[in-house]
Amino acid sequence: MSEIAFWQGNEAIAYGALAAECRFFGGYPITPSSEIAEILAEELPKRNGRFIQMEDEIAGIAAAIGGSIAGMKSLTATSGPGFSLKQENLGFAYMAEIPLVVVDVMRGGPSTGLPTKAAQQDVMQARWGTHGDHGTICYAPASVQECYEVTIRAFNAAERYRQPVLIMSDEIIGHMREKVVINEIDPSKLVTRKRPTDIPEKFVPYRPDPKDDLPCMASFGDGYTWHITGLTHNDWGFPTNDAQEIDKKMKRLMRKIDRFRDDIVEYETAFTEDAEVLVLAYGSVARSSLRAVHEARNRGIRAGFFRPVTLWPFPDKEVERLARKMKTIIVPELNCGQMVLEVERAVHGKAKVEPLNLVNGELFKPEDILKVIEEVA
Amino acid sequence: MPSQEVFSWLRTRFFPHIWCPGCGHGIIMHSLLRALVALDKKKSQTVIASGIGCSSRMAGYIDACTVHTTHGRSLAFATGIKLAKPELTVVDVMGDGDCTAIGGNHFIHACRRNIDITAVVMNNNIYGMTGGQASPTTPIGSIASTTPFGAIDPSFDICKLAEGAGASYVARATVANPKQAEQFIMKGIQNKGFSVVEIVTHCHTTFGRKNKRRTPIDNIN
Repeated sequence: MSEIAFWQGNEAIAYGALAAECRFFGGYPITPSSEIAEILAEELPKRNGRFIQMEDEIAGIAAAIGGSIAGMKSLTATSGPGFSLKQENLGFAYMAEIPLVVVDVMRGGPSTGLPTKAAQQDVMQARWGTHGDHGTICYAPASVQECYEVTIRAFNAAERYRQPVLIMSDEIIGHMREKVVINEIDPSKLVTRKRPTDIPEKFVPYRPDPKDDLPCMASFGDGYTWHITGLTHNDWGFPTNDAQEIDKKMKRLMRKIDRFRDDIVEYETAFTEDAEVLVLAYGSVARSSLRAVHEARNRGIRAGFFRPVTLWPFPDKEVERLARKMKTIIVPELNCGQMVLEVERAVHGKAKVEPLNLVNGELFKPEDILKVIEEVA
Repeated sequence: MPSQEVFSWLRTRFFPHIWCPGCGHGIIMHSLLRALVALDKKKSQTVIASGIGCSSRMAGYIDACTVHTTHGRSLAFATGIKLAKPELTVVDVMGDGDCTAIGGNHFIHACRRNIDITAVVMNNNIYGMTGGQASPTTPIGSIASTTPFGAIDPSFDICKLAEGAGASYVARATVANPKQAEQFIMKGIQNKGFSVVEIVTHCHTTFGRKNKRRTPIDNIN
């Protein structure tokens, strides 16, 4: 059974979160993401969930982490300046390994920037915004349908890998209305964090399961007493200054993404079989890019299209493989050139990489991208 | 000597603790644990949240559901936990810098919301862990490492601040009266709303040394 909805991207994220059994939202109003909070304020109480508008962005993510510690799948949503404020506690969630989904509906920056206009200027912040090393899982939806689906997958990843997962939407995707097909959710496809099976005295909160190298997690109130800290800690969750224990913790934090990289990475391609020119784009820019590629094909140009759905981990192997047969890879972005650095790293000189940047608050028109395709073809 | 019940709430394997000899934080932890024991609380149903600083290390020593969060933010985490599982007893242990400087906004809003959490604020008028910098409760004229010529800003009255912001139980004790501190914490936990128990303590290592407080009594006065 499927239903049809006509939603904005922000609505799709809110309903996607509910479908993923998210039952806690902590946040703070900010344009252009506020609809996510508004919808959840209405919908969560109907499902015995919790909604709280906190005093600031920092408290919004803190409350959401608290909700997750107490066992609820938790979400917070924000935009540029709020994403900056959330970085501190985002780092806490990485270190303490607390499942959480954080949405950033990107707008122009720096600072207050362009609250009502689209940008993709936070994609490197998504990777490196909080201090310290950690692995990142980050999705960039390019349609309202995908906002809904990616949100469910983001919760699954957060619960499975026991860490925060980011959804980097943008103002266009967030406020654009499109048809969405809502398929009935198969409950077996929803991931919920692994619970400990040990007796409370034997529970070791950060000891990875030998089967999948991932630790299980108890909730406060479940009968287990344990310690959570942002200090670097050992398997028991207690602070450590022991070089071996520190090394073990840090390597495992990185490894849980590296090891499952192939399970996490998602991308979409079109016309890549015989392409010579590849347009690589994500989020709203992918829409005008695909249109430009279609148009180029109509004009007899062998253009292809690649869209990372996960910005982090970046589909580097896949891009590298394609780059071997490309002359040029065009990377249009609504920033001054961020993911293009990652493309260059992946391509490693095997094809020419051509950045195409726009930061005036406008969108790329397909003809802007088409022009560059024609120039390099 | 603490009772057997109190001992059962301690992670004694981490002793000796990091607090300086003579610090009041141990007295406060003992008062808190006596209150929890007297109220017959269960460790697995009790949350101790904390932020950053000397006081916040208390969470690590108590065998309960403990969360040592980021500086000043513990009340926001605690709010999320309490909201998700209202049946849990939630106590937030904080210092004066944690509570009234970096966490000031979270503190007044926790008071305003009046959610059933008890904040135990250990006020020693200084940032002890980082080496004795001035806090919002450092009295005017006092010397701290960042006020070498004496503090010039007026200090917060934590109880008045809490009362004004809407906390439904507000009390102040000192480490010189640990039994009273225990009673106040008990009443705070029993109060169905946001409770603030300020416990005036001392940091003889940084504040006392710089301000010529030579005896224990001088340090509390």
